[in-house]
Amino acid sequence: MSQLSSRHLLGLEDTPESDITLILNTAETFSEVIERTIKKVPTLRGITIVNLFYEPSTRTRISFELAEKRLSADTVNFSTSTSSVKKGESLRDTVQNIEAMKIDMAVVRHSSPGAPYFLTNCMDANIINAGDGSHEHPTQALLDMFTMRRKYGRLKGLRVLLVGDVKHSRVIRSNLWGLQTMGADVALCGPSTLLPREVEQFGCDVYTNLDEALEGVDVVNVMRIQLERQQAGLFPSQREYTNLFGLTKHRLKRLNKNFTIMHPGPINRGVEISSEVADSENSVILEQVTNGQAVRMAVLYLLSGRKEELA
Amino acid sequence: MVTNKFDGAIRGGKVIDPEFGFGKDATILINDGKIAGIEIESPELKKQIEKLPKDKIVDASGKLVVPGLVDIHVHLREPGREDEETVVSGCRAAAAGGFTTICCMPNTTPRIDSQEAVKFVQDRAKDADARVFVVGAITKNIEGKELAEIGDLVKVGAVAITDDGNYVQNPEIMRRAMEYSRMFDIPVMEHAEDQFLSVGSVMNESFQSTRLGLPGTPSVAEEIAVLRDIALSRLTGARIHIQHISTKEAVEAIRTAKKEGLRVTCEATPHHLILTDEEIGKEFNTNLRVNPPLRSARDRDAVIEGLIDGTIDCIASDHAPHSAEEKDCEFDQAPPGMIGLETTLGLIKAFLIDKGLLSWADAIRKMTISPAKILDLNCGTLAVGAEADITIIDPDKQWTVKPKEFFSLSRNTPFDGYKLSAQVYKTILGGRIVFEK
Repeated sequence: MSQLSSRHLLGLEDTPESDITLILNTAETFSEVIERTIKKVPTLRGITIVNLFYEPSTRTRISFELAEKRLSADTVNFSTSTSSVKKGESLRDTVQNIEAMKIDMAVVRHSSPGAPYFLTNCMDANIINAGDGSHEHPTQALLDMFTMRRKYGRLKGLRVLLVGDVKHSRVIRSNLWGLQTMGADVALCGPSTLLPREVEQFGCDVYTNLDEALEGVDVVNVMRIQLERQQAGLFPSQREYTNLFGLTKHRLKRLNKNFTIMHPGPINRGVEISSEVADSENSVILEQVTNGQAVRMAVLYLLSGRKEELA
Repeated sequence: MVTNKFDGAIRGGKVIDPEFGFGKDATILINDGKIAGIEIESPELKKQIEKLPKDKIVDASGKLVVPGLVDIHVHLREPGREDEETVVSGCRAAAAGGFTTICCMPNTTPRIDSQEAVKFVQDRAKDADARVFVVGAITKNIEGKELAEIGDLVKVGAVAITDDGNYVQNPEIMRRAMEYSRMFDIPVMEHAEDQFLSVGSVMNESFQSTRLGLPGTPSVAEEIAVLRDIALSRLTGARIHIQHISTKEAVEAIRTAKKEGLRVTCEATPHHLILTDEEIGKEFNTNLRVNPPLRSARDRDAVIEGLIDGTIDCIASDHAPHSAEEKDCEFDQAPPGMIGLETTLGLIKAFLIDKGLLSWADAIRKMTISPAKILDLNCGTLAVGAEADITIIDPDKQWTVKPKEFFSLSRNTPFDGYKLSAQVYKTILGGRIVFEK
């Protein structure tokens, strides 16, 4: 297989194993490129990519932008703090205006689940979902899987625990779908008020006790907990969240040998993860960020349909 | 039988009148806009009919002839959003869908919470293609805070009260509304959805909302609201009517309340009888965003069961027009609601009658006399002396839903492209043909 089955990357729920494998294999090549002194290849020369960010983002936007630049694509950024259609221009009008400037690909971050799907009906460009509300964040999950695969040489059979706000986390959803497709053994853990309805239908183990959940796990991927969930009454205090769900050093003994600690960032040190754990030798948090480059380059390259030599 | 004087006739059709009988091949005689008789044609009557001018005789052979359909839950957007629907356009859509009587909800801009607003709508409906009965607001501006001048509203013809779109969250206000309504013996219609449990939600809470990351409203939001209103009805003796019921538990609550003998009725929409929340994830189609939301299959099946066993009294469309611009957006940004006047009959035929779940007679009952009785409307039968409001249906005619061809000013239906059965052949309002295919 040298081509993806879709011309967009909207999520991992319906992405087949062959596509994920192709992206991860391609990312291996690009990860070599970004280690070079000259971190740039001409692969996407002449292709114009717009980064449409309807929600604030620092690292995902920078990561995409760098990936695009390293592939020699022309990039433009569109950022706005408001996604409300009630104020100003509709999403359709905005993107159609942008597309009229001859855009080939669009990377979209939006607070509404399904917004990237909506854009596929508004424009001809290849659409890459860079996070849509609580729905999916496929490139984050791909880079997480890439990082795991690099360390263990496989995804199949790995026991991966996703900890945090399962209800609102797009990173958890994309990781769950992708890892299940690749044959990993996924488990979820979070406060019962942040476990969404009928969560058991995901077909994985679900825990509300972190110590039990950590038993026999290879990879723990810890999610940021948003303070506004506490304000919405979903848990009583940050202090209690940390007591029940904070990943601290003394909890790590339940994990398998050669365990891995992951976090998609940004980290609340001392809240969902202690500094000691985040900075430990089993932590790959910064490798995730580096790998994000290679994975996003791979996604952009494969969706572009370019047949040239990668590097 | 002595044949009354008549100036028009509908011949050859199979007559279904839930009030007086089913399946008779009879001729309906019309005089001066009223039903003059339903008779099996004698040779003498045949001669008399054939003396009428040709345009006064409708050949309904192969068709069903039923009382004009009644929809007690319709949003006409006038006043305020005449770009989405007017009283006149809504009535044209009703006629095209076989409805001769509709009841409009008060959540217009301004709200129908004053005599002036009631009269305004009545005035607009004067020469329209359907009869319009106005449902007034329960509370001023539909805010759930102070009672509207309900006596005033009833005096000029409001047939019921509702804050539809909003649940009357405060039980004290609802208790007073129910007590007050008893003086006029009008039903209190309720949009039963606890607003604390549904805050921010855009779909049903289920594995589907979990999958999609969209905020969901749990079915208990409806169950709790219905149980509270049943309790208040028991306390006050008020007639209550639960609008657009959508959950298994709420259907069960009403079943129990009816057994107890409480004055509780309810309605179901075609979309809650047919669709589930599994549709949403396919394309994030904003026309699937509706309140109450499309539920799980277990709820949909319970609503069907309730309709069959009589727990649910009637079918109502909850016709809710929205502009194309407002629906052409992200799923969670779209306003809730879908239109239904022009698809209800075809949907009920294709999804309930054709599947053997409902007989024609029961379906027609639930779209004519049954809703008419809930609101004491003088319609929904073919009784001699009644207004000649008659719908003639081509019962097995296949057709495809094409929103572009709707008479409604809006197009927001999720049934675009659906292949349905049963098409309206003619709609007759007071003896006048207001729609014909």
